[in-house]
Amino acid sequence: METTRGESIASNRHMLEGLRMPLFGINVIDLTHYVAGPYCTKLAAGWGAEVVKIEKPSGGDPTRRIGPFYHDEIHLEKSLLFLYLNANKKSVTLNLKTKTGKQIFKEMIKGADILVENFNPRVMPGLGLDYETLEHINPKLIMTSISNYGVSGPYRDLKGWDICMYALGGMMYITGSPHLEPLQRPAFLAQYIGGLYGFLAALTALYCREETNIGQFVDVAIIEGIASMLESTALYWPYKEEVFRRFERRWDMYPYGVYPCKNGFVGIMVFQNRLWPKVAEIMESPELLDPRFSTPQGRVKYADEVDTLMMPWLLEHTREEIYKKGQAAGLPFGYVCTPEDLLNSAQLLARDYFVDIKHPLTGKTRYPGAPYKLSDAEWHAQRAPLLGEHNEEVYCGHLGYSKQDLVRLRDTGVI
Amino acid sequence: MTRLPLEGLRLLDLSRVWSGPYAARLLADMGAEVIKIEACTLYDWTRGGIRPPPESRVYPDNEPGERPYNRSAYFNLFNRNKYGITLDIRKPRGAELFKNLVRVSDVVLENYSPGIMERYGLGYEILREVNPRIIIVSLSGFGATGPESRFRAMGATQEQMSGVHHLWGYLGQPPLRAGINLGDPVAGICAATAILLAVHKRRRTGKGERVDISQRETLIHILGEVVLDYSVNRRVQKRIGNHHQWMVPHGCYRCRGEDEWLVISVNSDDEWVRFCRVINPSLAANDRFRTVSSRWRNQDELDKLVEQWTSQYDHHTAFHKLQAVGIAAAPVLSNKELYSDPHYNARGFFEEVTHPETGTHRYPGLPWKLSKTPGRIRMPAPYFGQHNEYIFRELLGLREDELEALTRERIIGTTPLVDIDET
Repeated sequence: METTRGESIASNRHMLEGLRMPLFGINVIDLTHYVAGPYCTKLAAGWGAEVVKIEKPSGGDPTRRIGPFYHDEIHLEKSLLFLYLNANKKSVTLNLKTKTGKQIFKEMIKGADILVENFNPRVMPGLGLDYETLEHINPKLIMTSISNYGVSGPYRDLKGWDICMYALGGMMYITGSPHLEPLQRPAFLAQYIGGLYGFLAALTALYCREETNIGQFVDVAIIEGIASMLESTALYWPYKEEVFRRFERRWDMYPYGVYPCKNGFVGIMVFQNRLWPKVAEIMESPELLDPRFSTPQGRVKYADEVDTLMMPWLLEHTREEIYKKGQAAGLPFGYVCTPEDLLNSAQLLARDYFVDIKHPLTGKTRYPGAPYKLSDAEWHAQRAPLLGEHNEEVYCGHLGYSKQDLVRLRDTGVI
Repeated sequence: MTRLPLEGLRLLDLSRVWSGPYAARLLADMGAEVIKIEACTLYDWTRGGIRPPPESRVYPDNEPGERPYNRSAYFNLFNRNKYGITLDIRKPRGAELFKNLVRVSDVVLENYSPGIMERYGLGYEILREVNPRIIIVSLSGFGATGPESRFRAMGATQEQMSGVHHLWGYLGQPPLRAGINLGDPVAGICAATAILLAVHKRRRTGKGERVDISQRETLIHILGEVVLDYSVNRRVQKRIGNHHQWMVPHGCYRCRGEDEWLVISVNSDDEWVRFCRVINPSLAANDRFRTVSSRWRNQDELDKLVEQWTSQYDHHTAFHKLQAVGIAAAPVLSNKELYSDPHYNARGFFEEVTHPETGTHRYPGLPWKLSKTPGRIRMPAPYFGQHNEYIFRELLGLREDELEALTRERIIGTTPLVDIDET
């Protein structure tokens, strides 16, 4: 096909932009569903990898049926969770339970750099698609498995949802009020964290492969990721046989945490003791300069009195005032942001944090953009795929099937 | 010994506290050569200082010892597998030596306030001249640019500014006062990821890059659907404690022991029937709980009934009884229970490390396993200035008399010269 000079220039520019992407040229086969796996591959796609998401022919990734939905319209292409997690990816449908489906999958594996899956650990071996089998087909393949408990150990085949991750990960016991039950984390944080670790782990295997030319299997257990995020609290046990418990007030500094104010909630923290007089000044409370409050230990001991002096001032001032006054004095004050606050934040807008992405069924929507900024590469911001949208491109274009083949495969329930 | 996956990658770690050190440690655990750089008058305060207040840090058997700055649990956890030197990069000779290190390194990781590195004459433009292949990763609360870039950010307030706290709290209660901050470790994983992305790209381009990470932005990123729900539907989730958007029963239930709990999440009508068989067969026939929506409406009553069952058992017994019928239940493990848990032990998650001044303890190990080139804990966290000789003499070729001069000028050293609240 002949192209005009203008088209050549545009495609060259596209190519040059592509070359600046960190994962340009990396092919990812994406067998993930729900949140953890898709977040891992979303990051790969955002940074330039070609990610082909394999979905079940009927219904696709179950996340397509998880809300929130666009205007609460339950529809395979309108799950906002799905749209966010699967931006930039291609979608093919494939039934891995059929013989032909497995064959096609193995053909795809031949040209893949990374495979990511987050099934229960018995699923891939059960399909005859375990790492040993796939390694034979492609010794350079990096197979990344993200699961709740890992692919080994007595809990391997147990059930689990997000709340179980915090519980078995040691995070829940230390979270919440000491007078109430332990508290989970909101939204899908444990899942996203699993995906984050999965992406990092896959990249370490990729670095190694570039040096050695061999792939390997990467085993990511979400509970181990959580257990690695307990700050130093786990070590209270081996170091001094102390069980670390839930706290409402810190034992080493005060004030610390979320406090109500006139129009919401603020985050107050005093870390450098020499700044305490500034707090007294901001809060127009000379009583706070009482010698009892002049050290962190004193403020912890007399926390009730500190609260009695702080709270009236906080309740009379807005988040914006408290944040600005605190920051002007060099104090790390913050405020509890709502999603509306985030979308209107001067700082986030100045940094072009958000991107607008168009979608045929949901129109233009504002998304978080890049998780961090590289000086010489732009994060990709393309919409999530419709179910099976790239069957032709991938099966015909990459694997050489004809359109008649596709019809046959569809009729026999393979795609 | 098998190869380490990140062998050959050298990183200069200027960062302090949690997010930066965690990023560098994740890579060090995988075999990267990480050189942690502190100064005698500005060092990582998680070491705990010279005369630490007793409750401020965790020491073995609560004994700070003669050199408490070499015995802090927090520092030991996040700085193992690293070489440790002292170098005051704020002084001209120190900055010059730092540039010599940059010349032979791949990555610099720093989490100073934006603008500080430039003030020291070590901004990206300058370091790029020294080594065009150098990758500079700057980790800050709000990012290297923007009107609030230089605002002070600490772990405690990042989660709040990222939207987490608005969603987080007991049912019908205000946002949770405080918890372990997730913002730091999340940003740390992102920084480690960004490093490997830039390194991978450099294989092709031959050039380094500058990475600008805002901790707040990395945390918002893992609440993406919450942002979309607002931008599309103008809606925000409420704080629902231990309940769930659609699963019921779902919560944290008291068990027989003191402060002992079990979490349970039931996801379907089939699971509900199996669940009832274990805890109370008559519940399955009860119309008040027959469907998801009726269970949802009567959730408070249901939670009480569940707890009547769980409070008869210790949480491990209850855990296994429910998992045996395919219900997602899990004991809420304390740190003590983590260490003795059979699953973590079977997987070798905890590793024993001997530190010359702290002693021998088991630490949380690596959060993932590579089948052919596993990482491992090879070295304890460095004591103060431990590898000065090795790095300055072997890597940079300085002579003994040069090192002595640097020590006299307090550019390097082996003891902290100020206490924590002076740094």
